[in-house]
Parts: sequence; C-alpha cells; structure tokens
Amino acid sequence: MVRRPAARPVRGGERLEVRKTYKLYVGGAFPRSESGRSYEVLDGRGRLLANAARASRKDARDAVVAARKAGPAWSGATAYNRGQVLYRVAEVLEGRADQFAAEVATAEGLTAARARRAVEATVDRWVWYAGWADKFAQVGGSANPVAGPYFNFSVPEPTGVVAVLAPQGSSLLGLCSVLAPVMVGGNSCVVVASEARPLPAVTLAEVLATSDVPGGTVNVLTGRTAELAPVLADHLDVNGLDLTGVAGDAALAADLEARAAENTKRLHRAPGAEPDWTAAPDGPHRILTWCETKTVWHPVGT
Amino acid sequence: MTAVPDQGTPTWAKAPSPKPRDLAPTHPTNGLFIGGEFVDPADGGSFTTVEPATGERLAEVALATTPDVDRAVKAARRAFRRWSSRPAAERGRYLFRIARIIQERSRELAVLESIDNGKPIRETRDVDLPLVAAHFFHHAGWADKLAWAGLGPNPRPLGVAGQIIPWNFPLLMLSWKIAPALACGNTVVLKPAETTPLTALAFAEICQQADLPAGVVNIVTGAGDTGRALVEHPGVDKIAFTGSTEVGKAIARAVAGTAKKLTLELGGKAANVVFDDAPVDEAVEGIVNGIFFNQGHVCCAGSRLLVQESVHDPVVARLQRRLGTLRLGDPLDKNTDIGAVNSAEQLERITELVAAGEAEGAVPWQPDCRLPERGWWHAPTIFTGVAQSHRVAREEIFGPVLSVLTFRTPDEAVAKANNTTYGLSAGVWTEKGSRILWMAERLRAGVVWANTFNRFDPASPFGGYKESGFGREGGRQGLASYLDAGAVG
Repeated sequence: MVRRPAARPVRGGERLEVRKTYKLYVGGAFPRSESGRSYEVLDGRGRLLANAARASRKDARDAVVAARKAGPAWSGATAYNRGQVLYRVAEVLEGRADQFAAEVATAEGLTAARARRAVEATVDRWVWYAGWADKFAQVGGSANPVAGPYFNFSVPEPTGVVAVLAPQGSSLLGLCSVLAPVMVGGNSCVVVASEARPLPAVTLAEVLATSDVPGGTVNVLTGRTAELAPVLADHLDVNGLDLTGVAGDAALAADLEARAAENTKRLHRAPGAEPDWTAAPDGPHRILTWCETKTVWHPVGT
Repeated sequence: MTAVPDQGTPTWAKAPSPKPRDLAPTHPTNGLFIGGEFVDPADGGSFTTVEPATGERLAEVALATTPDVDRAVKAARRAFRRWSSRPAAERGRYLFRIARIIQERSRELAVLESIDNGKPIRETRDVDLPLVAAHFFHHAGWADKLAWAGLGPNPRPLGVAGQIIPWNFPLLMLSWKIAPALACGNTVVLKPAETTPLTALAFAEICQQADLPAGVVNIVTGAGDTGRALVEHPGVDKIAFTGSTEVGKAIARAVAGTAKKLTLELGGKAANVVFDDAPVDEAVEGIVNGIFFNQGHVCCAGSRLLVQESVHDPVVARLQRRLGTLRLGDPLDKNTDIGAVNSAEQLERITELVAAGEAEGAVPWQPDCRLPERGWWHAPTIFTGVAQSHRVAREEIFGPVLSVLTFRTPDEAVAKANNTTYGLSAGVWTEKGSRILWMAERLRAGVVWANTFNRFDPASPFGGYKESGFGREGGRQGLASYLDAGAVG
C-alpha cells in the first residue's frame, strides 16, 4: 500500500521545490516510455518518491537498436580513451555524491552514513574498472607459439550488445558493478534498472550523458523486470545477457536462459542470492565474460 | 645426361598407391568403454558403422542407452575424486604417455580414420594424427601449471564433463575435448558421432595401454538419443559440444536453469576475402584448402569466396584450372585429394543445397570428374553469380561446394563477410599489411586466417562468435572451458 501523507501547504517565504521527472535513457536522450505508462516508486517506508517510466516491449527494442548503432563508436574508441571516459564517470559521480547518497538512502532505506559509503564504493569501482580498460586485453590475450612459420595472436574483443538485468537490491553500487565491466570491454548495453529502486539508475544516466560516453552506449530502462527481460532474452540482436537482476528467482532465470539459447547468447547466470557488492571484484572475470577471443594467423616469410 | 621430362602437357596419369587396409584391423564388434573396460550395453543393442567409400559394413558398435550413460557418468564421478586430487604432475604424465602412444600407433589410427570417415589418408596422416598427438602433448604440460594460466588464483576442475563430438574430425575432436579436460583434473564421458565411432574405441585401448586410471575416460557410442541422455544426466557438471548450430541450441535449452557449464563449437559460413593485390596462386591454394579440405566437412570451411570485382574472372579461371587437377577417389590412396562424403544423409543434404543454388539462379561449375560407382561422393563444385540471399550463401553446406560473391570496396567486403548469423572463421588475402590488420579487426569471427587458411594448433584458441557458439578450445584461453577459476557474483 502506498502511504500518502496529507498534502502540506507551502508556508510563506518557503520555496516550492522543482521535482525531477524520471524518464528512460535511450540513444543518448531521455524519453518517456512510448507506451505512456508509468509506475509508482516508493521509498523504504512505502512513501511515494516518484512516478517512473514503465518501459514497454517497444522501448526495449528501441534501446537495442540504439545500442547496436552506438557499437562502432564505443568499441572503436582506443582502450586509453575508454579508460578516460570511465574515469570521467567517476569524477562526475563524485561531484554529485550528495545527490546520489540521498537517493540511495531513500531508495534502499539506508542510513545517511551507509548510503554515503555505498556511493564512495561506487566511485571507487568506476576508477578500478577505468584502469582495466587498457590492460585486460594483455591479461586475456596472448601470442601463441604455434608449430609452424606463423605469427599467431589472440585478443579479446567486445561481444556486442549486452542486456543487463541490474541487481534488485543495490540500486547504485550493484548496478555500476555489473555495468562498468560490460562497458570496459567495448560493449554497448541495455540496462533494466532495479524494478523497485530505479531512481539512482536514472540519475546515473545523467552522469553517463555528461561524461563523454557516446549516446546509445548505455541505455537505461525502468519498469517491470519480468516484462522486459523476456523481450531482451528473445531479441536476436542481443549478444549477451546478464541475469544478475533475477538472483533468487530460479524459474525466471531458467526461462530466460532457454530463450537466450535461440541465438546462443553469452550468459552471466543468476546467482542464488544477490552478492555483497562491497566485496572486491573478481579480477577481470566480468570484463572477459563479455568478450570474445579472436585469433589471427599470418605466415612468416620473406 | 638424362632428358628433361616434358612438363608442358600434364596428363595427371598415375598408378594407384593405396595404404594396406590391414594396418588397421577393425574389430567385428565393439563394446562401450566404461570404468576402464569394454562392456556390453545394458539392452544389448548395436548399430552398424559403414565405410563411406564403399558403402560396406565395417563393424557393429554397441548402442548406449540411458542406463549405460548413467553407468558411465557414475564411473566418471567415482574416478573424479582421485583423479582431481592426484598430484597434477601425475595427470600430466598420463597425458604425455597417451601422446606418445598416439604417435607410435599413428599410421594405424590414420588408416582406421580414413576407412571409417572417408577422408583421404594424406589428411589423416599429415594433419589429423599429428595434431591429435600435439594436443595431448601440449595439454600434458599444462596439468601442473594451471595456477599460472592467469585464469584465477585457485583454478579447480569442474567435475564430470560430458562431451559430444562430430564425425568430420573424429579423433582430432576427441583430443580437443579430452586433453584439456583431463589436464584440468576433470573426468569425461565422451560420445563420438554414430557414423565414426571406431577411432574413439581405438583411443579407449590407448587409455588402457597407458594404464590411465579406470573411469577417467569413458566412451559411450550411439546417436542423438545417447547424446541427449548424456546432456540431461544430473551427474554431469559440464557439457562440451561440437556439431550443428541447431543441436547446440537444443543443448543450451536443455541445460538452462541447471548448474551445468556449457561450451559450444557450432557451425560456420566463413568468408574468404580476396583483394585485387593478393598473390593469386597462393590465394587459389588457400581457397582450395579452405573449402575442399576434408570434402568441405569443416565447420570453419571458407565456403563463401568474396573476391574483389576487378579480379573475379582471373581468380575463378585459375580456381577452375586448379580444381581440374584434384584427384577424387579411394581415401586410402595417398594421391587422393578428395575422399568420400561421410554418409548418405550428408550427401543428400549437399545435393539438396546444390539443387537449391541452381534453382535460385547461381551458376554451378564442376571439373570433369568421374565419381566411383560405390559409396558416397560429391564432385567439387563452384557457384558463381551468387547473391547474399541465396541459400548457398547463407546455409552451412558442409560439403565441397564454394559460393563465389564479389565486392568493390573494403567496407563492402566487411559488410558482406559479417552478413551471417555465424562467426567461426574468416580469411583475408592481400599483400597490404595495414589492410590485413584493418580487416582482422572488423571481421566478426573467432579465427581469422590472413594469407593462409585452415591452420590449427593446440596453442591457438579456436571457437566462434555469434551463433557459431561460445568458449574456446586450445591455448591458455581454452583451459577456461574446464576450470572454475574462483568466479563469484
């Protein structure tokens, strides 16, 4: 039940606040859902925070088109450049730390101090992944000593378009912990934000939009995970599917995996329960999950 | 002084020189290999494997059903505890032993493979068998060095691996599956293809000769139902499959929602891109090797030739001349270039697609080539005037059929090469180094051969993009398919 506190009239001299409209982030723009639908987002105590856009199947498809279109610009950027852009995300996020701390606190029902720590950990995570941008290819790639007169090397390349079901619990730290590794590798993506806690994701989109992340590289949808996830799992122009956001829902995860088989999507399977996002990431593992190994041969001769 | 022989007018006459078949005795009946010994199947069923070059019966092979698969998985599970906890160096020793025995018995295995598969002895002898031995030798050395593979600080084996392999490179695919799995400490249940089970059973004997602990390798022979029983068995921790995209997707659906790890190496429709500055003779050899190697029964075959418009005519003319010199016939004859098609079913599929190509308006060409009367054969075939929408340009034919398309600019070459749901391999032919690297970056394929084609090596990761599957086989990256490197979250 939504608790609706009695309307409080503005006292004389008090400024009437300008509220934010929380919209989707698709192709570098902030549209409402094409369906015109929205849903109520509540705080930890059940009070209305905002009406978020309830993305439709068509919004999801538009987001995939935007992500595919953005692919060449982002994957074609140099690794050094991608690292700088991700570092810029950290910088802009840090500058808006107060706003994020307030949003995370209300979204997740955390104390101000814990919300603050979550935001700081988020900034640190972007910095950590930014540093991987021009290193993971050395860790994941190789020069291969084949038995013949050939130069042979392997490099990790982006998988393509990845659909990310963001964690349901940790609305900012968890989201960025799954989003950053997708981006580092040069993929573009469609993120389905935490269903009940979508507002920090929309505000993060504002950070991405002002950090030189090319429009369409990251697209953020808010709405019902169970409605949007099957659309993305079925979509034949999506190459990978991160199921972290359906942790604990084995039946939905199994259904999505089966749908994803139709075009052999790469999967990050749903964990049994949402991980502790404050723990250090598992090396470059998540980055390489969204990479393909390409091996190139060339003869050696005069 | 001896007269210089006249090399102006080749006649291509030659005396036959077949390998003696008795180098590789086939047992009249063959059991399942479970728990270190050959056993009879639970319901006593069997199937026949035939020689593609003659259509004659080669041997009766046990047909494994669900209880047999269950028995094999249990044997692998029992063996796993000891195998994975043994000193890693010891696992390596067994693999080194196996590599050596394969080298010792390589001629016998090559002949057996040629008889059962139909592929030329020149290929089994010079390509398959050396690579099989190399795969075991390479992975033997990894067994006690996994912590330094860069996959994580504490790599652990996955458990029991169920492995399903195709008929095009029976023993080579077995080695790609079993060598890394064992090196990483897993035990395996392997199902060879129903038309080519014999070398896998010979490999079972090699495991016995190497004194490999019982249950580490189990081999269950059968067809699709046997494979399904293996995929669905709850005691299997990992499925590794090489075969068609259609079956690969069905397997991915079957393991959805389970804890089973999965790697898939599926079909392909590789583009072989020839630019106008390419060395034409070498390119033509590469094109021939790309599509006519192993009768075109190769998932990474260069089945789409993309040739720059300005050199289309001379390249096709030289290709046709070269095809006129290919010898099709007895797989056991070391002069044979093109052997038999593996099965009647596969020949039917090739024939059907070739007919579709003709019906859709592509222009077929075949060299003057007499096919043997018995067995299953298909003459090397080139289609020119192929459009991207034609079935022969979109579907994997898995036969000696090349579709020729043209392009004008490098961008167009990339767009056409990538216009496929597959992404296993690609080829580039040009003398310009910067263009090679530019193309290699843009081709969405797991393996790019530049100025060469169809090269394989145990140190070189192999596997696909897109619907050609996921996971790699070979090299450091291939180990990840058989290890849990401590991933969380």
